[in-house]
Amino acid sequence: MPPPSAVASADPDLAAAPARPQRRARRTTLVLGLIGCLVLLILVMLLSIAIGSKQIPLSTVIDALRHYNESNTDHVIVRSLRVPRTLIGLMVGAALGLSGALMQGVTRNPLADPGILGVNGGAALFVVGGIYWFGLSTLTAYVWLAFAGAAAASVAVYFLGSLGREGATPVKLALAGAALTAMLGSLTTALLIGDVDTFDQFRFWSVGSFAGRGSDVAAQVAPFILVGVVLSLFCGRVLNAMSLGDDVAKSLGQRVGLARLFVAVVVVLLCGAATAAAGPIGFIGLTIPHVARLVTGPDYRWILPYSMLLAPILLLGSDVIGRVVALPGELQVGVVTAILGAPFFIILVRRRKLADL
Amino acid sequence: MENVVEHSLAADGLAVGYDQREIIHDLSVRIPTGKITVIVGANACGKSTLLKTLARLLKPSRGTVLLDGKSIQQIPTREVATKLGLLPQSPTAPEGITVADLVGRGRYPRTRWIRQWSKSDDEAVAEAMTSTDVLSIADRPIDELSGGQRQRVWIAMALAQETDILLLDEPTTFLDLTHQFEVLDLLVDLNKSDDRTIVLVLHDLNQACRFGDHLIAMKDGDIVAEGNPSEVITEDVVQDVFGLAVKVVPDPVAGTPMVVPIGRHTSRTDRTDTAAAGSSSGNLAAAALAASAAANGVCRPTPE
Amino acid sequence: MTAEAVQVIARARAARQTRSLVVTVVLAVVVFATFCVSLSLGDFKIPVIDVVKTLFGGGDHATEFIVNTLRLPRALTGLLVGTALGLSGAIFQSVARNPLASPDIIGVTYGASAFAVFAIVTLSLTGVAVSAFAIAGAVLTAFLMYVLAWRHGVSSYRLILIGIGIGAIATSITSYLLTKARVEIAQQALIWLTGSLNGRDWSNVRSLAITFVVLLPFMVFLVHQLRILQLGDETAYGLGLRVEVSRLGLIVIAVLLAAVATAAAGPIGFVAFVAPPIARRLTRSPGPAMIASGLLGALVVALSDLVAQHAFGDMQLPVGVVTGVVGAPYLMFLLARANRVGSGG
Repeated sequence: MPPPSAVASADPDLAAAPARPQRRARRTTLVLGLIGCLVLLILVMLLSIAIGSKQIPLSTVIDALRHYNESNTDHVIVRSLRVPRTLIGLMVGAALGLSGALMQGVTRNPLADPGILGVNGGAALFVVGGIYWFGLSTLTAYVWLAFAGAAAASVAVYFLGSLGREGATPVKLALAGAALTAMLGSLTTALLIGDVDTFDQFRFWSVGSFAGRGSDVAAQVAPFILVGVVLSLFCGRVLNAMSLGDDVAKSLGQRVGLARLFVAVVVVLLCGAATAAAGPIGFIGLTIPHVARLVTGPDYRWILPYSMLLAPILLLGSDVIGRVVALPGELQVGVVTAILGAPFFIILVRRRKLADL
Repeated sequence: MENVVEHSLAADGLAVGYDQREIIHDLSVRIPTGKITVIVGANACGKSTLLKTLARLLKPSRGTVLLDGKSIQQIPTREVATKLGLLPQSPTAPEGITVADLVGRGRYPRTRWIRQWSKSDDEAVAEAMTSTDVLSIADRPIDELSGGQRQRVWIAMALAQETDILLLDEPTTFLDLTHQFEVLDLLVDLNKSDDRTIVLVLHDLNQACRFGDHLIAMKDGDIVAEGNPSEVITEDVVQDVFGLAVKVVPDPVAGTPMVVPIGRHTSRTDRTDTAAAGSSSGNLAAAALAASAAANGVCRPTPE
Repeated sequence: MTAEAVQVIARARAARQTRSLVVTVVLAVVVFATFCVSLSLGDFKIPVIDVVKTLFGGGDHATEFIVNTLRLPRALTGLLVGTALGLSGAIFQSVARNPLASPDIIGVTYGASAFAVFAIVTLSLTGVAVSAFAIAGAVLTAFLMYVLAWRHGVSSYRLILIGIGIGAIATSITSYLLTKARVEIAQQALIWLTGSLNGRDWSNVRSLAITFVVLLPFMVFLVHQLRILQLGDETAYGLGLRVEVSRLGLIVIAVLLAAVATAAAGPIGFVAFVAPPIARRLTRSPGPAMIASGLLGALVVALSDLVAQHAFGDMQLPVGVVTGVVGAPYLMFLLARANRVGSGG
């Protein structure tokens, strides 16, 4: 039984007339917000370059970027250590934010996060296998292994979780991820227990960190992440259609299976590369899209760019905090993000009906 | 059945809501004992909320639900369960449970963990299953049953509880027409055989009129009208409660009020609303009435 | 008519009970057989017949020493831990009304692990002290979960999600602590984290047995209510069950069982998850099939430990490695099946 007002709003001219200026105003706000995020991101990046076990004044940082002087130690630190690290943070953050938003969109599942989908478990097993059987020990070698493992695991989890009539429900995907992660974890442990050296190397990778990542790692993952970012920014319209459910998406002319595959490939590119570069980092991919959604509403054409900018802000911010709170050592960024991210997630679970995304 | 103690159910000044949103603001009602009461109203008018509050599933923020004159929140919930049974809108059964087992669980309020299952429990279960006609499927798993059978099993579970008052939240949802009438006829049988007080929420006004002794029409968390069907279901009340223009005619089978929506299109050919609504002899109008009545599960109407 | 009907009912109930009884007895026999085999194997092999004789007090001196003093504590710890995990899982899954919930998936054991690793790595504790920390961690995690999931009552869905969130914090703390320690100590923590029965003695058996004796009456009482809780909150209220109270009671028992088991042998993965659904399938019971779940838990741990100890020659794996590899494929099978049926979530 339609409410009486349905008749009034059925008149297209009446309904659209006041909506147009409103929409334009909203658009302006969102664009301004995006610019604000960009400014904030640049600021955090500068901070990330300036702060560390050796504090470098911002003026020197800018100086080092503009007029590089090899004989100045501060300049060398900035160029060879801090800048690659910050760039990796930027790329990893953007990749995790985007892949989280993509995963949540394509699965209509607010719980979809690379970590929960088993990507980290797969990456870990491959890295450990590489260390154990092939004696690999360089970060650049880990990148390829982690990448392959992440791809294999995410495909398996996604396949397991989305079989069946009602598709990928939140609980099913989370549990498929948990199951696969547990099995992979078991295998990983079996390898680690037999070999102290392997374990010694692995434990530092597994916590998720930017420490020691140089320009070589950055160069390795950059192409994947760049391609992923470009492709993912085209996904907004597709995700908007998919968010209405498979049946509606189909009737809107969307080829659902193909779109899902495309998005899955982009996710593996992005989040596989991110995990490869920095090890498993939890919760960025899960929480940032929700923050973005709070700002933008349910339109993925806005959620995606917002996620892409907000995630590196949080990640680089966590990295800076991790470097400051535990001087002279540092707290790994993976630990900081989990400790900052999980409470946020819990608040989210308490406040919203997560099932209806 | 003269010696049976009749239990009374009433509500006084109820205010109920979820989180911050209040749905029922100030509602008082007496459920007539030994009768079938049907609550009707548009979606989200608070009818299920009222039923759940009467069954103590929701705690009112103000006001009280009175069972035998005592506040239901003060009575131990186990004791309430021996007087008042409830069938929720979409109950969940554990995977693989059999009919006999499920109905048996209705005996919970009458068993103690020390005093386990006894002969009288078997008898109560047998009686409940006989009267709902599910005895022949006693050892079938419930997930293999049809919707109508499953609903009858759930009703049997509520019956095994042996309560004088039975509350049912939309017991006919998801059932086809035959099964809807099967369930409703069963409720009338139960009401007639041992004077059970039955309260149910229904969507179909014609069924409500046919099977209810007492109707409660709700709108925005308030009672708009209550009384016997012919008093409550008038063209004005339906217009008020559902915002829908209707014609009310006598049900050709039972004589109770029958609601025929007017809508904006009364026939497939182009006829204006006023002509159709105003005409009493036009063939097209009669055809429209017949189609509408058939859609409501009633036989062909005799022209006015 | 009525007498006939009563007979139909009684017969339907009896058939179910007979099956449960048969399955339970068979399981008990299999568990005992596995137990005897695990006592017979080792550096010095003892025929199973002699093991049985010794257990009932009729063996010679040497056999008695090997069986009762050397091997029995470990085997008994395995049985009790497995039983506790099986029971705990059965309760968790029924309360959450989700065949995929269990203490290791919803974070309780992660909390225990984080605390235990803290005790091992930072405080350099061993043995009983680590166990105490593990129990404290499990109880604290469960308490946090319950409080955070409380919002006009506890929905099982919220409980699972919040468990996953807390589990993530605990896991990240655990891996951080592992990076801080010297590698030998971290390795020792890793073995604890995997779950192992190596070197368990009578003190473990004693603490587990005491827990069982204390919890048993509560368990019998609450499991009766669990059958009603399974019908959904609304129906359970309608039947006069104080839903929140009995749910809390059940969760407390399940957490204590998981905590004590974890304290004794580390967080052995997947036993709690795997045992109950197998038990339900075997007994064809719609209820939680508690006794069968406990027996199956014991069986899984005993079998896994047998494999972990003897299948890889000289290398003795911690039992947890084996249960994980055995358990996870089963979970995936279950998911795939639930997906096919269309009721996984």
